[in-house]
Amino acid sequence: MIEIKDLHKSYKMGKNSLHVLKGINFNVEEGELVAIMGSSGSGKSTLLNILGMLDEADQGSYTLDGVPIKNLNEKLAAQYRNKFLGFIFQSFNLINYKSAIDNVALPLFYQGMKRAERMEKSMAYLEKVGLADWATHKPNELSGGQKQRVAIARALASNPKVLLADELTGALDSKTSYEIMDLIQKINDEGRTVLIVTHEKDIAQMTKRIVNLKDGVIIDDRKITQVRAMQDV
Amino acid sequence: MFSLERWQEVFETISKNKLRTFLTGVSVASGIFILVVLLGVSEGFQNGVEKQFQNDAENIINIYPGSTSIAFKGFNKDRRIQLTNEDYALVNKETDQEIEFTSPLYQIFAGLVSYGNESGSYRVEGILPDYQFLEKADIIEGRFININDVKAKEKYAVIGNRAKKDLFKDESPIGKYIEVSGLNFKIIGVFTDPGGDREETRVYVPISTAQIVFGAGTDIRSMGYTLPKEENYDLALKQSNAFAAQVEQMLKSKLQIDPKDESALFISNNIENTKEIYLLINAMKIFFWGVGIATLLAGIIGVSNIMLIIVKERTKEIGIRKALGAEPLSIVGMILHESIFVTSVSGLFGLIFGLALLEIVGPYIELDFIRNPSVNFSIAVSTLILLIAAGAIAGFFPAWRGARIKPIDALRDE
Repeated sequence: MIEIKDLHKSYKMGKNSLHVLKGINFNVEEGELVAIMGSSGSGKSTLLNILGMLDEADQGSYTLDGVPIKNLNEKLAAQYRNKFLGFIFQSFNLINYKSAIDNVALPLFYQGMKRAERMEKSMAYLEKVGLADWATHKPNELSGGQKQRVAIARALASNPKVLLADELTGALDSKTSYEIMDLIQKINDEGRTVLIVTHEKDIAQMTKRIVNLKDGVIIDDRKITQVRAMQDV
Repeated sequence: MFSLERWQEVFETISKNKLRTFLTGVSVASGIFILVVLLGVSEGFQNGVEKQFQNDAENIINIYPGSTSIAFKGFNKDRRIQLTNEDYALVNKETDQEIEFTSPLYQIFAGLVSYGNESGSYRVEGILPDYQFLEKADIIEGRFININDVKAKEKYAVIGNRAKKDLFKDESPIGKYIEVSGLNFKIIGVFTDPGGDREETRVYVPISTAQIVFGAGTDIRSMGYTLPKEENYDLALKQSNAFAAQVEQMLKSKLQIDPKDESALFISNNIENTKEIYLLINAMKIFFWGVGIATLLAGIIGVSNIMLIIVKERTKEIGIRKALGAEPLSIVGMILHESIFVTSVSGLFGLIFGLALLEIVGPYIELDFIRNPSVNFSIAVSTLILLIAAGAIAGFFPAWRGARIKPIDALRDE
């Protein structure tokens, strides 16, 4: 599903150049649930942004579902993001003047789907994350866990190949975190590829594979026995 | 670009951000409102000043005779010159200039006028209908003398408001008869004159009647002309000087006056005295244009500022939309669509309120220096269009910048 070869990325900070990713080689198969771990400054978020086409690599190749991701213009990048990727953020990034269902429907709007169909589909995804009753509520009327569920429904709405989650439990207490991880595990059980960036060990243990990043290189990449989130609740 | 889906999205955004929409709308509407009112007041100010400074038509040219000072073609000097209907007709026929208003005049300076027990000594002037415009007289009751009255040599009189008050007190004089030099004249109208009491003690009668009643034959005392108004003083001066020179040459040759004789024929060209008024009105025009442009500029800057702030405020939202697959053009389109819609609707409101205020209140304003403020509708509309365009252009750059923001920067937690 994802193939990365010899990926380099550096940031210019005034006169100095900060080499963040120093040659990453990394493959993800369809249906995997992968945790990317590392301390802050290890380059894990940069890697996720490049995977998400929010940022571009300086060097190396990146292929997503057989499509080479290279020299994209903004328009194409936007289309690919819409088609291939669903994002889940630490701070949810919901549009706060839109109701839950309108937030979920937004990627579908950009696919050009008609309103009625959009709403029907969004409702189905809200049901899936257990928030059908909250469809007309604004984000500020929802708890943190509920917001993240809306964000997950939104990420799923465009039926993407890969879900990319950046510290998705970072703003949640541990009970809520486990509930969210349970949801992620169930989504993965259905066969969807999920990548999670986290620095929390217990969250990482709930995936099927942990990739450890340090100073811009992968120091460890192994499959693990998945811990089911709901056992811990 | 203007699909139904987009309108739905725009309406949703507008209705769910009521405060922002309201504030943008209020600032655009008040900008237009102030501009319209200002334009109206400037127009009113011009009207007021023109009224204040003009007792008579500002470009009136009067021609009246004197006595010769040079012997010419067998005539002695000190010959009294007399103008007649024939001379007046000659000027009207032969001049190259287009004439706006003209009238000859035969007057007696101290005519005894009486009504019942009241009587007084008034200036009685025989005139043609155009004289009303030469004098800037306004009819407040009845009508002015018309050409049929002149042709029929009617014994009709139009009296000044002062004379009316003296003779009739509070009574309406229309249809009543006054005695002028022993003859009865029927009063058909009352006038006011910006010249005040001095000019409102006059009694106008048809010139044909006056010439008979006062035994003047075809004599006239003077003739008055105005030329069509010119925008610019220099042109107006040039035109009227050319006219005066031509009339002088024409009459001097007909009346056998030495061309160098300066006391036989007098031509008073009022426009030379009104240079200051022209200059003042011009200066005022420039001033109000300046104020108008400055106001417009302030409005444009205000709208641009609001656009800038809106885009800034929406940076994160733009980042989210881009992460979810919004193309840059759709971001620009969304912001512009919204801003043009809001500025147009609120601008229209401001325009309507401003025009309504001027329409309703305007006619009641009769201060010394402000009269009937009103505004040219097409100027108001083009101002509105300019402001909307400015808002769109001003909105475009921040929108464009917003669309180019990398989603990763917009979404970074700070």
